[in-house]
Amino acid sequence: MTTTILNKDSSPTAIRWSWWLSMMLAAVFLFSMYSQKFDVYEIGIVLFAATSLGLLGQNWPGFRVHLAAVAGLSLIGIQLYGDNLAAAESNFFLSYLLASQSAIMWMSALYVMATAAYFIGFFARKPFVEKVGSALTWSATTMGVVGLMVRWRESYLMGDDIGYVPVSNLYEVFILFSVITALLYLFYERRFRTRALGGFVLLVISAAVAFLLWYAFDRGAADIQPLVPALQSYWMKIHVPANFVGYGAFSMAAMIGVAYMLTSWARDNKSQGVLATAMPELIVIEDLMYKTIALGFAFFTVATVLGALWAAEAWGGYWSWDPKETWALIVWLNYAAWLHMRMIKGWHGRPMAWWAIIGLFVTLFAFLGVNMFLGGLHSYGEL
Amino acid sequence: MSEVNVRSKPRQPFTRRLLALLSSMDLAITLLLVLAVASIIGTVLQQNQPYADYIIRFGPFWFEVFETAGLYDVYSALWFLVILTLLVISTTVCVTRNAPTMMKEMWQLRTNIREKSLRVMHHNDQWSVSLEQEQTAERLQAGFSEAGFRVRQTEKKEGLLLSGMKGALNRLGYLFTHIAIVVICVGGLLDSNLRIKFAEWRGDLKVETRDLASNDVPQKSRLPIGNQAFKGSIQIPEGRVANVVFLPLRDGYLVQELPFTLKVDDFRIEHYKTGQPKSFETDLVLFDDDLSEPIRTTISVNHPLIHKGYAIYQSSFADGGSGLTMEAWPLDERAGVAPEKFEGKVFEKQQMTWGDKQLRLELDSFRPFNINPDPTEEDPKNVRNFGPSFSFKLRSPTGEAKEYVNYMAPVMREGRAFFLSGVRDSVAEDFGYLYLPMDRQGSLKEFNQYLKRLRDTEAIEMVAEQMTLETLAQMTDADSLPLQASLQDTLQTLVAMFIRGGFTEVSNFIETSLPEGQREKLGPAYLSMLREMLARLYFMDKDQSKPVTEAELLFLQDAADAIGSLSRYGSPVYLSLVNYDHVEASGLQIAKSPGKATVYIGCALLIIGVFILFYLPQIRFWALIKQNNDESEIILAGMSNRNPRDFDMLFDQIREKLKLATGNSNSK
Repeated sequence: MTTTILNKDSSPTAIRWSWWLSMMLAAVFLFSMYSQKFDVYEIGIVLFAATSLGLLGQNWPGFRVHLAAVAGLSLIGIQLYGDNLAAAESNFFLSYLLASQSAIMWMSALYVMATAAYFIGFFARKPFVEKVGSALTWSATTMGVVGLMVRWRESYLMGDDIGYVPVSNLYEVFILFSVITALLYLFYERRFRTRALGGFVLLVISAAVAFLLWYAFDRGAADIQPLVPALQSYWMKIHVPANFVGYGAFSMAAMIGVAYMLTSWARDNKSQGVLATAMPELIVIEDLMYKTIALGFAFFTVATVLGALWAAEAWGGYWSWDPKETWALIVWLNYAAWLHMRMIKGWHGRPMAWWAIIGLFVTLFAFLGVNMFLGGLHSYGEL
Repeated sequence: MSEVNVRSKPRQPFTRRLLALLSSMDLAITLLLVLAVASIIGTVLQQNQPYADYIIRFGPFWFEVFETAGLYDVYSALWFLVILTLLVISTTVCVTRNAPTMMKEMWQLRTNIREKSLRVMHHNDQWSVSLEQEQTAERLQAGFSEAGFRVRQTEKKEGLLLSGMKGALNRLGYLFTHIAIVVICVGGLLDSNLRIKFAEWRGDLKVETRDLASNDVPQKSRLPIGNQAFKGSIQIPEGRVANVVFLPLRDGYLVQELPFTLKVDDFRIEHYKTGQPKSFETDLVLFDDDLSEPIRTTISVNHPLIHKGYAIYQSSFADGGSGLTMEAWPLDERAGVAPEKFEGKVFEKQQMTWGDKQLRLELDSFRPFNINPDPTEEDPKNVRNFGPSFSFKLRSPTGEAKEYVNYMAPVMREGRAFFLSGVRDSVAEDFGYLYLPMDRQGSLKEFNQYLKRLRDTEAIEMVAEQMTLETLAQMTDADSLPLQASLQDTLQTLVAMFIRGGFTEVSNFIETSLPEGQREKLGPAYLSMLREMLARLYFMDKDQSKPVTEAELLFLQDAADAIGSLSRYGSPVYLSLVNYDHVEASGLQIAKSPGKATVYIGCALLIIGVFILFYLPQIRFWALIKQNNDESEIILAGMSNRNPRDFDMLFDQIREKLKLATGNSNSK
């Protein structure tokens, strides 16, 4: 990102061009298909999405494969559904693979398996098993995104007026959180050429999955419910994902912080264990921690500003000191202080790792705690 | 914000030291964290609630303490504003201190660097090439340019110096982000209620706490039309107009005048087929003398109307004084009288005289439909429309009141239809429900007649006498006469007790008045006698030749159950809703925020700044070329202000590139 010349990408120019071409074609296809329904904002969002996906994929082969798989599987799922929502029960592929609930169950299982694979591979020093971990993470992420895509369609099959982008309740954003965190991790796994942190980052995703399953089975949260009027806005399509890049990055940074602390203790104790020997240099771990926090901070800033713009349209003011808003500010201030400490005061090492870990709890409260304990204008997903 | 040496000498003048403190990084970070912690308070304690709620929650002592600390409106409390102001000052001082140097250095290539400095840089290398000095410089310069660097060549004593840099804009990242914070806070200040607070402090303004009509609010609590920020709300019933909004403030409100008049033509709620609300919409007409035509538009959630900087939002809805036509079915000794029809409006209060009771009827609300979980279904997600309902209070002259909610349409329960009325003594309680059985004509007439019969002493006497005689006929005892009198008396008393307090009253009587030895035998006997009486009274004017139907028995049972619980119902009448004219009020929020544009500019600056700061590092390279006989010696050094690890790789890459360019790949 910072230094494009750095990316010694082996992708031939032909592949890159065809990648961009396919993004463009996809956008054009959407425009022609939904020309009746799209307003100017939606056109903008599609263009923006095509551009960002193009940028992500142009130097990242894994992402290209992922996105192609998502597109293929989602289209098959949608095709299998046709106009009949009940096909989810009768069609074999839908009910065992592609219906959103099934896809999300696959995602859940695969993430847990990936976590195990990363840890086993790391502690048993089996690089191949770690590679399996990466493959499982990619598959899980693919199934997760397919689940969301198919769910999007399912919501429209329930009724034209019900359909909505599935990032609007707690159940859906937990899926979003899982796949975004995984993608962030996979991005840095490739850039830092290490899989040692995989288990740690996947651990927080597994925790999210555990919550998701409890939420779905115990509370029946997986049902598609129509949107309340306040949520019927194109802003949701950009505000929520931007927010979850922030949440995902902060969570990842915290797990890297955990890995940092463990490695640093192991090395201090002159341990010859895997942690001491197979982890990357502390300075590298720290650098990654900084990078994810910086990324999270940038996106969190964007998300909060988008939220303010939306609030100005829906609630009559860009800032109302609603609990969710206020906690977003608290998270923002916390990481602003973290970044100042590191960039200006030059703090580093364990205090910063601790701080990143504490940051997870602040983030978690903003994400979940506010809905659970405080209510306010943002209380869409209740427990 | 940059680090400044705070341990300045004590002799420095005070202003200097103050400035140093204000621009110190430690203060800035402390302020960030203090602000974060202070913000938590307002999320834990619900803000801007009615003061009465706080008193109930905290008690009078802590209520005062918290009020003094401004905890009920933390974000405009003085101490909170002081923290914010300090943060703004600290940031401003930092920016003004650093900006000039930064702007000056931003584009500077640093051509006056010494060889010694290059050699101590973290990233440096040196190698020799068999090229002329100028030629080497030329090739290196080309290499740098190719990699996107701006380069300048200067002649030094030590040799030729190439200074290159890119990412000069990184410094703008610093400036943008920090200026953005100041800009956003200033914008926020423009939109704050500071002006109101100031006017209040000077005594020009007084918060109104009484419940008054907007016209009656005194001048001292009114805000004139102007450009100041406000956020208020108003409920306008359909067909009505308004030209003011109410601004809630602490335990009262202020009235803000508007330069236009709003009329609500219609308010609509649309529903999904699942029953959840799909949209709230208001057909609005805006009259403004400056307009040749009034604006007619429809606003909805997420789609406000903006006129002259006033934004008008759909925020809530309420009843707008629906007209209700009711029938009062007497439940007391007047039972049997035809119900009297009367009218009322939601939010109206009227004095009613029912029998010997004087009650004030306060109509609280009307709902055209009630989509609630169906109690007969196991799955709570199965909802059903229970039809229109209205709620009201009946207040006695002493001020006590019971709250009622009555449903217009009959509700089915186990296949029978009932008129449903809920009652409770206070809002803290759940409603208890009275089920009045509907007769075959779909009315309450039959129930009412039966109720009348149970109060008709002549009929009771007659039935009791007959029943006594029938009972005695089965007996052979000679001394049945005294028993006749006592049995008849008992039967009549039982019915009277039942009317007074239902089966409970009768059970209580059995518990307390019968001797313990007889209780077990007589108790059930009394109850079955009462049931027999109730049935006989019910069937007394029925055609005796026809067989009793199941439906009749069930009706009797339901009616008896209802009558038995009337004492707890506590109202002398059942109010049946026979007709309504639904008038809704649209809840509008109207806001003016002159600082909005400023805040948005600040936000844009912030976002641009953050991305520049993180992803556009400032990178500098130097190459010093010294002539060494027929060889040129190259000393390469570089630095970056971000991402040292990325720079490791970049440095290697640039070095290889330059080595290749100078035709030499064997480094030292």
